[in-house]
Amino acid sequence: MMVAVGSLVGRLGMRQWGVGPSALTRGPLTACRRWAGASADTVYDVVVSGGGLVGAAMACALGHDIHFHDKKILLLEAGPKKVLEKLSETYSNRVSSISPGSATLLSSFGAWDHICNMRCRAFRRMQVWDSCSEALIMFDKDKLDDMGYIVENDVIMHALTKQLEAVSDRVTVLYRSKAVGYTWPGPFSMADSSPWVHITLGDGSTLQTKLLIGADGHNSGVRQAAGIQNVSWNYDQSAVVATLHLSEPTENNVAWQRFLPSGPIALLPLSDTSSSLVWSTSHDHAAELVSMDEEEFVDSINSAFWSDANHTDFIDSASTMLHYVVALLKPTKVSARQLPPSIARVDAKSRARFPLGLGHAVEYVRPRVALIGDAAHRVHPLAGQGVNMGFGDISSLVHHLSTAAFNGKDLGSMSHLTGYETDRQRHNTALLVATDILKRLYSTSAMPPVLLRTWGLQATNAVSPLKALRKVCPSIPERNHNTKRQICARRRKVSKTMLKGITNRLRFIILICDMNSELRVHRLCSSGKPSETRGKFSCTCTCGRGSIVFISSRK
Amino acid sequence: MWRGRKLSSCGVRFLETLGFGYPSTLAELPLRTSWSGNLQIKPWVFIEHRTMWFRAYRMTFSCLTRIKSYRSSWKRLCSTSQTTVDSNEVKTFLALAHKWWDEQGVFAPLHSMNDLRVPFIRDNLLKTSANHQLGKPLSGMKILDVGCGGGLLTEPLGRLGASVIGIDPVDENIKIAQHHKSFDPGLRKRIEYRACSLEEIVEETAETFDAVVASEVVEHVIDIEAFMQCCYRVLKPSGSLFVTTINKTQLSYALGIVFSEQIAGIVPKGTHTWEKFVSPEKLESILESNGLSVQTVAGMLYNPFSGYWHWSENTSLNYAAHAIRSKVQEHPEPAELFSKRETEELSANASTNPCVCEELKK
Repeated sequence: MMVAVGSLVGRLGMRQWGVGPSALTRGPLTACRRWAGASADTVYDVVVSGGGLVGAAMACALGHDIHFHDKKILLLEAGPKKVLEKLSETYSNRVSSISPGSATLLSSFGAWDHICNMRCRAFRRMQVWDSCSEALIMFDKDKLDDMGYIVENDVIMHALTKQLEAVSDRVTVLYRSKAVGYTWPGPFSMADSSPWVHITLGDGSTLQTKLLIGADGHNSGVRQAAGIQNVSWNYDQSAVVATLHLSEPTENNVAWQRFLPSGPIALLPLSDTSSSLVWSTSHDHAAELVSMDEEEFVDSINSAFWSDANHTDFIDSASTMLHYVVALLKPTKVSARQLPPSIARVDAKSRARFPLGLGHAVEYVRPRVALIGDAAHRVHPLAGQGVNMGFGDISSLVHHLSTAAFNGKDLGSMSHLTGYETDRQRHNTALLVATDILKRLYSTSAMPPVLLRTWGLQATNAVSPLKALRKVCPSIPERNHNTKRQICARRRKVSKTMLKGITNRLRFIILICDMNSELRVHRLCSSGKPSETRGKFSCTCTCGRGSIVFISSRK
Repeated sequence: MWRGRKLSSCGVRFLETLGFGYPSTLAELPLRTSWSGNLQIKPWVFIEHRTMWFRAYRMTFSCLTRIKSYRSSWKRLCSTSQTTVDSNEVKTFLALAHKWWDEQGVFAPLHSMNDLRVPFIRDNLLKTSANHQLGKPLSGMKILDVGCGGGLLTEPLGRLGASVIGIDPVDENIKIAQHHKSFDPGLRKRIEYRACSLEEIVEETAETFDAVVASEVVEHVIDIEAFMQCCYRVLKPSGSLFVTTINKTQLSYALGIVFSEQIAGIVPKGTHTWEKFVSPEKLESILESNGLSVQTVAGMLYNPFSGYWHWSENTSLNYAAHAIRSKVQEHPEPAELFSKRETEELSANASTNPCVCEELKK
């Protein structure tokens, strides 16, 4: 692991770069035949290879930058142009969690307004909890600011395309163009060779550019052609995505994530009635989930969120112990565990899966080349940071390039590219390592790691500065009672195959019957006296402690 | 960078010392290449061949320069009959001509100095003009880069939209600069290079430039007074002169010559002569006496470990100065100008800062 960390860090500081392989034999320089306005003599200032979310946003940000007013930028996209004439009524299954920092970047070139006019969902709270214990961490913002936004990828792409069209005098977009070969500039002593990067496209035409930005995904062609080493491994996990419909409309501004031993399952709000699912699990289970019938799929999601089957006595007592300590020291920091909304059905044909892995390029830059987004780093979706890291790369690189352009510098010069690399490698390496550790820590149900992570999570929840990573507000005043009242006010449906868990050491004894039956909920508080409630509500709290399970019945 | 050449009678002896000095420059290379990154070519083989070629070239070159200097003295461009170009300096820079554009090579400190001097020039020029074109802040300006060398400073100025003429007495430098700019279509028309000295173009370019840049030149020039007079003549009224050079202090000897050249090899040996360094006070007095009123003097510091320059309050090593040609049209007498400047200063200060005014009166 330490070796992996060492290699992940790469070489910050003094670098040694040789000449990249000018391996591919290219034909004679032919004039570009595809579009008017460009001759064989045209040297682009920047070419962005890859028109995905990060590549298009990079081209947009550069096009809208004031110091790039007279520069020529080109965006190469292998796919066709996607025109979104009308928003479909159903939500797409690929969504991204956009952090406030990324939202600021998108609004700096006007794309965020388009997104807000189409559709996006802000969430204010995030609950992350374990399946093997009661430990949870609640991220929240005190001032009712949004923690993040859930936006469909298609909506973001459409907004970016619109903003690219607004600066079409500076930014040219070539669709259905894939770069097949690159020729790197020779060393300074070979004075007769061209100092620019030459890109050969699929149709044989060539382009020259002062700076090539690789934004072509985790199998980046630019990175491979430049010979940049990539530290990567595949997780034995696939992510299953789907669009789900809730049992009943709710405020739905909370993001939920539960760590199961097979992998984390997350529910991201899309609207009052629907949410998006991202469930990382083993390859076999993922294939099973995608192929099973809808009702079974819905039940497995609900039980994944609600089941306490993985709890063990030892862990529960250990966590209770720390819980008492925390309650003694900081009574206001105790959070009550809430349950996510139950799922009623899934959108037909919205289930999909894709494999997961980790990747990190050892160098982000070479002379006249820079990597951004997934080409530079690939991360597990458990933290929702993949595209946000890419947008962070864009902010940093645009800042460096803008300053360089205002100083009249050669855009491909290593002096400012290494500044970008140092900035971002520091940030991204830390996040990648943390995400990988979290993934490994939560992939097991063995006792020691479970104990460690239970206490760790509870401590983190109690000690507010550690949550500052997510810019969470420190105090959660009087949450218990408020939460209970809120929960009590809601009613939820119960599905037929809800699990039955009875143990007298749990604070709750839940007897769950099918929908038309009566419910009985017993709660044992610390004094050992049961208090029974029947019917629609289960809301008991005399001592203010313990987690609450809210179930209602139809009756 | 530097320009000026004066044929001295002991030029031949200098040639010989430089011939001896050349292999020692080679000896500095291991230190530099380890610092400056991994070059794929082997410098030894490359440079040994060049040594032979340079020696032959230098012999013919010295004859040519002798002819050129006779021609120039005939023209009597400035009040002095001799040019300001120093032949020894020409030799030194000829030897390094092909290394201009290696950003991690011998000229790395000059490349990174652009981070300071380009914003310095750009911001001071932007103050003088009201219309700023987006993306090309210096468009419409005519700039003269004296001692441009390989064009390290000329190209960024060209990219910012100015029309730049770069002059350098070393032909090889101009060739390298021309070749480098030929690849970039945006620069081809905006930059023009000429292999000549400042005195040779004073007549034809009198009062045509919005700005003259003499960066790392003044410490290589024989006669600074004459040089500044020529600068004055080519500037438009209220045109700007930008000078960056090295101070003449004990610290600059210790760090600038002993450490930089002999120990660490940051600067090639023989590049600088301490006697020719100019202190800011001396520079200011020369500028003022030639009709150029000094606006700013700021110190610059180089960090050899990071390779970056920083602005500093301390001018005891490197410094940059910005002066403006005063609006008086004819070439003024030194004494007259001095009293004029004093009264101008007093009136300016009286309106802005009464304390300073009182100090002046004291």
